[in-house]
Amino acid sequence: MIFGIPVQAFLGQLLIGLINGSFYALLSLGLAVIFGLLRVINFAHGAQYMLGAFVAFLLLQYFAIGYWAALILAPLIVGLLGAVIERTMLSRLYNLDPLYGLLFTFGLALTIEGTFRYLYGASGQPYAAPSWLAGGTNLGFMFLPNYRGWVVVVSLLACLGTWLLIEKTKLGSYLRAATENPVLVQAFGVNVPLLLTFTYALGAGLAAFAGVLAAPVYQVSPLMGTNLIIVVFAVVVVGGMGSIMGAIVTGYMLGIAEGLTKVFYPEASNIVIFVIMAIVLLLRPAGLFGRDA
Amino acid sequence: MVELSEKMATNVQPERTASMIQVGLLVVAVGCLAAAPLFLYPIFLMKLLCFALFACAFNLLLGYTGLLSFGHATFFGGAAYFTAHAVKEWGVTPEIGILIGVAGAALLGLVVGFFAIRRQGIYFAMITLALGQMFYFFCLQAAFTHGEDGIQSVPRGHLFGLIDLNRPTSMYYFVLVAFLIGMAIIWRFINSPFGMILKSIRENEQRAISLGYSVRNYKLGAFVMSAALTGLAGGLKALVFQFATLTDVGWQMSGEVILMTLLGGIGTMIGPIVGAGLVVTLQNYLATSDFPVTIVTGIVFMACVLLFRRGIVGEFYTSRLGKKLGF
Amino acid sequence: MKPLLEVKGLNSWYGESHVLHGVDMTVREGEMITILGRNGVGKSTTLRTIVGILRERKGQILFDGKDMMTVPLHRTAHAGIGFVPEERGIFATLTVEENLMLPPVVAKGGLSLEEIYGLFPNLAERRTSPGTKLSGGEQQMLAMARILRTGVKMLLLDEPTEGLAPVIVQRIGEVLKKLKERGMTVLLVEQNFRFASKIADRFYLMDHGQMVADFPVSELPDQMPMLHKVLGV
Repeated sequence: MIFGIPVQAFLGQLLIGLINGSFYALLSLGLAVIFGLLRVINFAHGAQYMLGAFVAFLLLQYFAIGYWAALILAPLIVGLLGAVIERTMLSRLYNLDPLYGLLFTFGLALTIEGTFRYLYGASGQPYAAPSWLAGGTNLGFMFLPNYRGWVVVVSLLACLGTWLLIEKTKLGSYLRAATENPVLVQAFGVNVPLLLTFTYALGAGLAAFAGVLAAPVYQVSPLMGTNLIIVVFAVVVVGGMGSIMGAIVTGYMLGIAEGLTKVFYPEASNIVIFVIMAIVLLLRPAGLFGRDA
Repeated sequence: MVELSEKMATNVQPERTASMIQVGLLVVAVGCLAAAPLFLYPIFLMKLLCFALFACAFNLLLGYTGLLSFGHATFFGGAAYFTAHAVKEWGVTPEIGILIGVAGAALLGLVVGFFAIRRQGIYFAMITLALGQMFYFFCLQAAFTHGEDGIQSVPRGHLFGLIDLNRPTSMYYFVLVAFLIGMAIIWRFINSPFGMILKSIRENEQRAISLGYSVRNYKLGAFVMSAALTGLAGGLKALVFQFATLTDVGWQMSGEVILMTLLGGIGTMIGPIVGAGLVVTLQNYLATSDFPVTIVTGIVFMACVLLFRRGIVGEFYTSRLGKKLGF
Repeated sequence: MKPLLEVKGLNSWYGESHVLHGVDMTVREGEMITILGRNGVGKSTTLRTIVGILRERKGQILFDGKDMMTVPLHRTAHAGIGFVPEERGIFATLTVEENLMLPPVVAKGGLSLEEIYGLFPNLAERRTSPGTKLSGGEQQMLAMARILRTGVKMLLLDEPTEGLAPVIVQRIGEVLKKLKERGMTVLLVEQNFRFASKIADRFYLMDHGQMVADFPVSELPDQMPMLHKVLGV
């Protein structure tokens, strides 16, 4: 018993929190990467997450392409779609107030979600986890469904991989430099417009990756990204978008906080992240890892 | 966001003929509204007026203060719940019910604004969205809102205990008068010294701070004002449709009012009214087909941002005819 | 020597304000040119317009015989023009070495990393620190060094000595002389007249967005009265 709660229930909720935290981390990471360079808050991030799950579902349905290939293909397809959108439309908005980027991507999200809702209805479609991740493992102190363990591990790896890409590679140094002074980086001979396209595609691809991971956990539904993205916005406000690591850490932290709230005060579990956001705004308006107020 | 529209709002030429034309247009417009129930369904007209007021109240914040709130459904839907609860459970007269809705919305505005004005721009939008979602979940669970069912069969009652609002025409003129009062308040507010200071904050916040204005208080004031007027629209809507549900507090509703304002013209007095008219008409039209409204809404959103950021009225003002008429 | 950079009738605008009013200038291969002029006459703008950072421009820019007016900003470096901005443009989120390695190599003939570290030992010592943790003088060295890696033919330098101690200014002068020996063409904007007079081959004098005079360093003594008048020094 922990604080009068059975250990099993406690750890179970902690695991759910960790799973949710994985998705928060992956999504807020993508938002932060896009915002850093493009100065656009990608409202369509939730829709791109949903697209990832749907692409996986459709690949299986129509081409008998399974989970593992989908885990690679769906992010590529959604990333490519993102690249097209950035090139043809989003790139026209860079010289304007960033609010226009938010409004544009909001419209994009509505269009994508509306289309899928029209085609596939609002209800969810099941998507099975790969067979060797089915079942679970008894850890002695708790029962761990294998697929959920896999989600935690893989999303952690994806987060770290993205962090390494940005902090430790040549491409990452272009991204960081262009975040600070895009004009000078371009004057040095780096194709910054292409870099922007790549960055948006990367962010969209990450969202789609999270979507494929989520497909077997939740159901594949056109609305799966909508409410999630609003929570992720709160995560981003709490963490501040100045730091990649900050986005990741805040995502996991808030997921766990949410899981624990489910144990102790379930009625508030829907809103606990918003409450934390409000508290952070009072104490540290720039966010936990924010650099600018 | 609104440098362009700002120009339109202040670019009022002092020419007599032009302003005569404008006054003339205003009189004609009010006349049309007064005669409208003869030609169109009162319920449709009332819906239109509620949303037009909602959009104008929202525009007070976006167009004249430069703050994009993504959570205005909180005040719209919140006021609808308050008004509905007051007239149904407490049995107050409709005008008192509306005032309770307005007061409740103002209070919500004070709380949300208090948190949101701590950040600017994009963050402000995200915070208002998140707090709006929080309020949505609150409404989903609170007892007095009746969760998924909402508050149903709200009585319209007797205005001042005298006029029976169950007659569609009476109800329509009540809504029209309330709408005109709301518009007059907005117009007065924008052209007051307070409104001028808001404009200067929007144009250059640092300069306003260095001039010694307490920028936060002004922003909060504008936020509460906008929330209260939104509450007026929400309360009216609850009486018109005789119910208050979760739809009115959802983020989709917050998005809808942004679309109305953007489509009509941010920072113009009548843009949001035009935008609301178009969106409401479009929704009514699409409701009879099975084509989903969200797709159309999304596409219109993208088209507005990409192609005509000034909105319909804004584009008209900058057009040749608009300039001739002195806008 | 054949001309490397030819500018004719160059005009440019910052939004509504018209800054360059028909700049004409020619820089020959291997020359070291200094543009002199009072504050605000358009010296920095000339560099920024040639590089293409300022794109509201009209006129002609030929570099190595190639028309640069239609070349996108990210291709100017590949044509052979390197730029060191006045604010130096050292990136805070990049280490010294990342800053150094940032500009892509555009042609053979640039310095290798070892050569750069040989020329600027301070940078080698601090290669893992964040770029902006360097002193002002070191940052200026870094800003120049990273362009030298790229193999560009011509270096546009905006006020390299601004705000730096005399000993560092001297060091920058030495570096520039070394570059000249290697055949680098340099176009320099400089307020420090004493510094410029020691290293430049030729001067352009700028006023009101135009070049009003040009003369080689040998004529400097004869031109002093006129310079006094225009520069107010």
